Amino acid sequence: MQSQTTDILIVGVGGQGTLLTSRIIAQVAVQLGYDVKVSEVHGMAQRGGSVVTQVRYGKKIYSPIIKKGEADVILAFEKIEAARWLDYLKADGMVIINNERVNPLPVMSGKAKYPEDIHEKVAALVEKTVVVDATDIAARCGNVKAANVVLVGILSQAIGLPVEEVEKAIRAIVPGKALEVNQEAFREGRKLLEQTV
Amino acid sequence: MKKLMIGNAAIARGAYEAGATVATAYPGTPSTEIVSNFAQYEGVYAEWSPNEKVAMEVGAGASIGGARTLVAMKHVGVNVAADPLYTFAYTGVNGGLVIVSGDDPGMHSSQNEQDNRGYGRFAKLPVLEPADSQEALDFTRMAFNLSEEYDTPVMLRVTTRLAHSQTMVEEGERTDLPLKDYEKNAAKYVMLPGHARMRHIEVEKRMLKLGEYAETTPLNSIEWGSKEVGIITSGVVYQYVKEVLPEVSVLKLGMTNPLPQNLIKSFAEQVDRLIIIEELEPVIEEQVKSWGIKVEGKELFSLLGEYSPEMIEAKLGQAKPVRSYGLDKEIPARPPLMCPGCPHRGVFHTLHKMKLAVMGDIGCYTLGALSPLDGMDACICMGASIGSAMGMEKARGEDFASKTVAVIGDSTFVHSGITALIDVVYNQGTSTVMILDNDTTAMTGHQEHPGTGMTIRQQATNKLDIEGLVKAVGVKNIRIVDPLNLVELEATLKEELNRREPSVIITKRPCVLLDKIPNTVKYYVDEELCKGCKLCLKVGCSGIYFIEEDKKAVMHASCVACGLCPQICTFDAIKKVEG
Repeated sequence: MQSQTTDILIVGVGGQGTLLTSRIIAQVAVQLGYDVKVSEVHGMAQRGGSVVTQVRYGKKIYSPIIKKGEADVILAFEKIEAARWLDYLKADGMVIINNERVNPLPVMSGKAKYPEDIHEKVAALVEKTVVVDATDIAARCGNVKAANVVLVGILSQAIGLPVEEVEKAIRAIVPGKALEVNQEAFREGRKLLEQTV
Repeated sequence: MKKLMIGNAAIARGAYEAGATVATAYPGTPSTEIVSNFAQYEGVYAEWSPNEKVAMEVGAGASIGGARTLVAMKHVGVNVAADPLYTFAYTGVNGGLVIVSGDDPGMHSSQNEQDNRGYGRFAKLPVLEPADSQEALDFTRMAFNLSEEYDTPVMLRVTTRLAHSQTMVEEGERTDLPLKDYEKNAAKYVMLPGHARMRHIEVEKRMLKLGEYAETTPLNSIEWGSKEVGIITSGVVYQYVKEVLPEVSVLKLGMTNPLPQNLIKSFAEQVDRLIIIEELEPVIEEQVKSWGIKVEGKELFSLLGEYSPEMIEAKLGQAKPVRSYGLDKEIPARPPLMCPGCPHRGVFHTLHKMKLAVMGDIGCYTLGALSPLDGMDACICMGASIGSAMGMEKARGEDFASKTVAVIGDSTFVHSGITALIDVVYNQGTSTVMILDNDTTAMTGHQEHPGTGMTIRQQATNKLDIEGLVKAVGVKNIRIVDPLNLVELEATLKEELNRREPSVIITKRPCVLLDKIPNTVKYYVDEELCKGCKLCLKVGCSGIYFIEEDKKAVMHASCVACGLCPQICTFDAIKKVEG
């Protein structure tokens, strides 16, 4: 067991399935014997708003929320959400960005422009930036909704969680009929980071 | 074996282990998952009550009847339940009763951020504040014991961050308690003035005894560190203090009403600098100051919003400067919005287009207030739409009323809209009321209610006939429309607004998240016909977007083919994919 705390910020748009991803990662940490805290978002923001879920594990965890400048990894389900939360990343932290665009209301109503190149800006600022097409990969695995588990694959690889423990957690958390697609999605995600880094 | 649980699930578990057999609630973020989790246990009764007042009254009856009872609601729900709560504090309990208040500092999902610890002092209730899920379970169990020992309802006050954070929990065994005997005792339970005067004496005696209990209970504890700084705190803020100030002495209050005066005095005497860190109101601070103790509190920490570890570190710790990339300033905000295919969208598009004054209410449809729909003028609290439309009419006259609608959801109408509708009819208003019936309590995560015909356990029950009810209160003009049929919707609104009588328009279509539109229909934008006018964007739907370079609208993968935007496009450019 590592002695320091691992802080993971999972950000996205309400309805994208950030909760499931955080629950799988947290379950793995429980299996590994860590103290774990997860801060979730329920209620209004789940209706298409900007959402953040925080997972912390280590020997002893007090606060369920991560301080600015402390996150080891930011996993963004949507491009501009990575930028919104970037100040939470620690100096040598990693950003994983799903190359997905979901227009926020001000863009829909023409009051703001969607910054298409935002992931490139993040990559220019943060050395460890990984941009992936999780939605496409999930579609190839059989269901676009498994994009969140593709991201579990990438994230678990990034923070060094053992593959068999993650698979065990997926079996425990993902409902039966969706399991096969999700396991495939997980393996594809895992492979992706091996190739990138 | 330990497992992860959100605070709300741990509260449900604690009530179950304490032998509670009855639980009541009206859904409300951040409290909803308490009773929905409790309902999963075998051999207990749980209900979604029509509103928090009824939940509290059913709870009071169950307690008088001898059962250990859990009642849960969000902070503003306690306002609705306050009438029975204040007097139940006089009668006291038979079976233990714990009322959970889910407060929402930072207003993640609420219309205000009132601090319900104030209710503890005002209604003379003991208040417990857990700091993680394990404490949520343990304190709930203890609260039931306290309730019976001191003959009082007990408030368990949690905040969003506690309710919706998962932390490690060790479950215990359930204590199966026999139902307590019920004996008629009018002097205790019938609150006539003569009886209530006697009960008030008992309430004050009880508070003194609870004050003594507070001095020695393990709920309050001191963790000694350096005596240069002593912090008094409670709830999840305790975790932030431990995170960023590991060296200080901490008096952690698990019971914040009544306060342990001697314990606090003794703690204060032993530290050089005493600081109270409490979110929202200075509930502890004002009492401590009133005892002549020198303490810092709200001059350091805000009355507003949710606290964070870095906020405390910035004031009292060694904060490292955090580098800011500044990218968050460059990107558009992302407020919540209605889902693609939401039946409410067409309603607010129409109300905005017709330039009506809209008295709104609490639910997903409150999002109709945001641009580009801009379809709401006021929204106060659950059920306020109809009464406030009536008030607008009485202030500004019938002509204004013919340009005003009240908009309320089905669950909210049952919660507290009915009595205001009775007022409209009784006091000869002419309001036009829209009941947006999506057959669920959507915003809080799709709970059943009397109008859905299903119980909390998904068992069929009587389905409240909303139309029949509206008729019974005396409304003569009742119209049922499909909210996705914009022509019919607008025509119906015009007719009913012109009528100098009360009208109710019920829009009927289930929440799109429950009633998925079959994936067989798809729409596309015909590039030849699209003129790039952006009219379709006025519905504020993530299912259609605009490509600036091409000056064309395009359907997004999230479109569920509800057929709303094709009705708005004046060039017929949004077409069904044939076949």
